[in-house]
Amino acid sequence: MKCQKCGEKAVLKMPQHNMGMCKRDFLAWIPEQTERFITKYAMFTHQEKILLAVSGGKDSLSLWDILLRLGYQADGLYIALGIDGGVGYSAESQRLCMEFAERRDLKLHIADVKEQTGRTLPQWAESTKRGRGKPCSLCGLIKRHEMNRIARDLGYDVLATGHNLDDEAAVLLGNTLTWDADHLLRQGPVLPEAPGLARKVKPLCRIYEREMTAYALLQGIDYIYEECPYSRDASSLLYKDLLNQAENRSPGTKLSFYLKFLEVRRNGSFIHKDEIRPELHPCTLCGQPTSAPDLCSFCRLVQSAKDC
Amino acid sequence: MVTLILRDQRYEVRPGMALLDALRKVQLLPEAVIATRDGEMLTEDEILRDGDIVKLITVISGG
Repeated sequence: MKCQKCGEKAVLKMPQHNMGMCKRDFLAWIPEQTERFITKYAMFTHQEKILLAVSGGKDSLSLWDILLRLGYQADGLYIALGIDGGVGYSAESQRLCMEFAERRDLKLHIADVKEQTGRTLPQWAESTKRGRGKPCSLCGLIKRHEMNRIARDLGYDVLATGHNLDDEAAVLLGNTLTWDADHLLRQGPVLPEAPGLARKVKPLCRIYEREMTAYALLQGIDYIYEECPYSRDASSLLYKDLLNQAENRSPGTKLSFYLKFLEVRRNGSFIHKDEIRPELHPCTLCGQPTSAPDLCSFCRLVQSAKDC
Repeated sequence: MVTLILRDQRYEVRPGMALLDALRKVQLLPEAVIATRDGEMLTEDEILRDGDIVKLITVISGG
């Protein structure tokens, strides 16, 4: 197969775009596409300070690389969850983030969940009703709270994550299967800032996971290849597999699923937002917005341990 | 023979077939992996040769 741009031997075929590309053109094309989506969805400007949540995985480290290549001011945030799983998962992912930052002389903030809350994620999962058997739910809660706290406390303009198209399509499928109107309303490339909440953006939301893997490999980014030990039975992996089966039969399915969703939501034909947006007020302890009358879910969790 | 390696799984296929056919033969979705041979990425039309060892890299991550 030949590169669509230069005619040299291609290293990656992208059936959804009906084209292949050589290494050099692909490594230029991905940042160009990312820039296009940053601009299209008005995610941030070159003057704004970006806090990028990095996990040590291919997507977030590649996004950091891309943002730097595009000339943006992006610092990293690693949230140490204390997951071991017999493979030293968190320790290795933190090492990879630190190595990435050190080699490029970048600023990396590290938030240690045990220092902040008194327990690691596995300890929280083991000791609370909410976490037992489903640590991914707790992981999301803790990460969202910590990302927002640090972005706000350190004065960043925007919080970026490395969610790719497959992540977004899988979440969309999950929310559609349960008709979760609240989450459907909030899913998108940009979640605007609100009092107490940093703007959240997903610059890779239209780039396939397979393309991001290829970018990390071709760019020589050292990332954690092992799965999170807790994610093995995660429903998002099932949804990704189902979507890949559809994609295999009909290239472009995942992209179309996501883009059509954004379109119908934008046109107001999908959800009437005024009817379902919950009223938010500041958590009485941490100040972050919550729909609960007093404490937010994170503070309730931490408080529950103190009450035991 | 051609050996395909995906994490701790090994598959063998006949030489002379395209990578896409080899993946279908062992029932793997092309969308879910990236194939490399001697550290170089392969497109699905690449013809596999006798003795090739193809490393398959899983692209799916997350939870």
